[in-house]
Amino acid sequence: MKIPLVYNMRSVINRPVSTALTALGIGLVVAVFVAMLALANGFAAALVGTGSRDNVIVLRRGADTELSSGIGRDAMSIISSFPHIAAGSDGKPLVSPETYVVINIPRVSDDTLAIANVVARGVSDRAFEVRRNIVVTEGQKFTSGKSEICVGNKLVGRFRNTAVGQTMRFASRDWTVVCHFTAAGSSFESEIWGENEQFQGVFRGNVFQSATFRLKDPKGFDDAKRALQDDQRIQVDAHEEYTFYAEQSQLLGTILRFLAIMVTSIMAVGAVFGAVNTMYATVSSRTPEIAVLLTLGFRPRSVLASFLVESAVIAFIGGIIGCLLALPMNGVVTSTTNWASFSELAFAFSVTPRLLLDGLIFSVVMGVVGGFFPARKASKMPVVQALR
Amino acid sequence: MKFLPMVLANLGRHKRRTILTILSVSLALFLFAMLRSVTTTLASGAEVSSANRMIVQNASAIVFTLPQSYANRLAAVPHVQAVTWENWFGGKYGDGRKFFAQFAVEPESFTKMYPEFGISDDDKAAFMREKSAAIVGEGLIKAFGWKVGQNVTMQGTIYPGDWTFTIRGIYHPTQKAFGDDSFMFRYDYLYERVPDRVTPGWFILRIDDPAAAPQVAKAIDDQFRNSPAPTKTGTEAAFSAGFATMWGNVSLLMSTIGMAVVFAILLVTANAMMMSQRERTSEVAVLKTIGFTNSTVFSIVIIEAAVISLTGAALGLGGAWALPVFTGMGSGGFLPGFHVTGGTILVGAFVALVLTVASGLLPALGAARLPVVQALRRVE
Repeated sequence: MKIPLVYNMRSVINRPVSTALTALGIGLVVAVFVAMLALANGFAAALVGTGSRDNVIVLRRGADTELSSGIGRDAMSIISSFPHIAAGSDGKPLVSPETYVVINIPRVSDDTLAIANVVARGVSDRAFEVRRNIVVTEGQKFTSGKSEICVGNKLVGRFRNTAVGQTMRFASRDWTVVCHFTAAGSSFESEIWGENEQFQGVFRGNVFQSATFRLKDPKGFDDAKRALQDDQRIQVDAHEEYTFYAEQSQLLGTILRFLAIMVTSIMAVGAVFGAVNTMYATVSSRTPEIAVLLTLGFRPRSVLASFLVESAVIAFIGGIIGCLLALPMNGVVTSTTNWASFSELAFAFSVTPRLLLDGLIFSVVMGVVGGFFPARKASKMPVVQALR
Repeated sequence: MKFLPMVLANLGRHKRRTILTILSVSLALFLFAMLRSVTTTLASGAEVSSANRMIVQNASAIVFTLPQSYANRLAAVPHVQAVTWENWFGGKYGDGRKFFAQFAVEPESFTKMYPEFGISDDDKAAFMREKSAAIVGEGLIKAFGWKVGQNVTMQGTIYPGDWTFTIRGIYHPTQKAFGDDSFMFRYDYLYERVPDRVTPGWFILRIDDPAAAPQVAKAIDDQFRNSPAPTKTGTEAAFSAGFATMWGNVSLLMSTIGMAVVFAILLVTANAMMMSQRERTSEVAVLKTIGFTNSTVFSIVIIEAAVISLTGAALGLGGAWALPVFTGMGSGGFLPGFHVTGGTILVGAFVALVLTVASGLLPALGAARLPVVQALRRVE
């Protein structure tokens, strides 16, 4: 016969301080677990969400980032005329030859030490069509031939003069901010976009860094890649845009995840020790009670289960506290450097329901592990001695 | 201190509880020290710097280069004693999974500018002699199993093609924070192959008087303000600190987690102390009856908490200190120069003291204020 759950609930409430301390300890572990994985997920999501599966990014052969790439004007016109490129609404190919530079602009704070490397991407006006996730939220796109720029919304407010209508100065020139855009949380939101012909002139001479185009046949990446790489006139590599950005997230993403798992497992061991102490103390202070239960005919198995449940309940309460502590982190924007592009990448902590569930499961596991030995001790209690 | 045997006897009563509590304290302080070391290692760039060195970079961003002709003009600026320049190579070795930094350096002026690299005179001479020579950090040598005299071929990402270097020397940095996982080769080797694309990435200056740094910076930046490549000049410390800030809020994150860890363990320890005292209520009453004063009872409990916290701290901090020393995880990897500083150990010890007071205070007060008569009623 099972011991009713009410018995455990009442016991838990009977020792509020001890229960609260143990639960809070486990809660902190869960909070750190959820927050750190939310950080790792947010970082990865920002980069993974940047590329699309049916877009292709073309770089110079051997270059693994846009920063180290270079494609001349002749090569660019050859690439733009490839038959694998989808046509836009006006019938012209959906391709954006782009210049890519990393610039140094001042943050809102006055700390001049802080290097803020931000991507300035010179794009053709097709870029807004090639990347489906770009949405202009304020103002109008820049006009061709003018010194105008669009600013990703993650930069707005964090860097100086980023409001629409203000003027930013870089590369010895003044640029009017004419629009803000979002890109579904992806790394484009940490970039400044201007016209490629304008940026090329002031930054890098007559060279583009990359070309991004939409595939005519969404499954035709391999064909397009082969055709581009076999063309003797140009020396380029083609990458699926999705994979290209997802790979950039791998190094730091792995480090962050590794760190999260390592830190929380060590913390978890400490918290489990706490649970073990609490449960042993519980068992020894309730020795007569347990003896009575056994005398009444409850099986040792039921006593074991009952104490395991009690420990799991305490841990679960801790898990809920932990999730509640971590929840406000959701959406908090933080930034780090994307070392693949040497530039700042702003992203939001992403606390997903899945992560919260994992946190709760984690807490219950800690409770069961911590409760096992004390529960076994309770179930094996010699009745006659204990009853005295 | 004469009560120490008694404290130890008390601790020995619930051996399991004592051990578990000590272990949780040690785990907490281990984590705390490791997390703090990540922060201190990231910030240690500033230690690397000498107050006499300054860095001149392109004002637009570090990825843009500067004209070679600046070298002579920089050398002519008042207070500047020496000038050298470097370039970021960005090559891939093997499958490119293990990242390390490669710099093209001007051999003569570089070795004079940075005595901290600890390059032997023979290695220096070999470096000067041969154009394809490279000087490699001992950590990197170990990581790849390289030998002096071996040819190493890398793929250039910025400068395409295969590049073969011959390892001619190993550097042993005299300061840990320098890191021992960089690969230095000769600037003229790079220049020879792509003369139209290679110009210095940044210049390093030595000035005669650290106090003159601001005016040197101003003089240089003013001079190049209206040129095609305007400069941004700062002290080496500022340059390194700038790199540390590129990690963004990582430091804040680490210290927040560190605090959470410590707090979580505080709860565990406090709970254990409270449980122990609750069980000993009647004993304390007996002690008081036979003449122990309130303050003696108080200090016995605090000493018990101290023994737990300090033993745990010694284990945890010792482990944290030993880990990078014995596993060599400080060389190579994503955090070159990772080590636990003396400051971290001190902070950890302080945390242990706080833990003692915080976990022991309530139970100790409870014991000191225990009303003897009532408590004695429960003595069997």
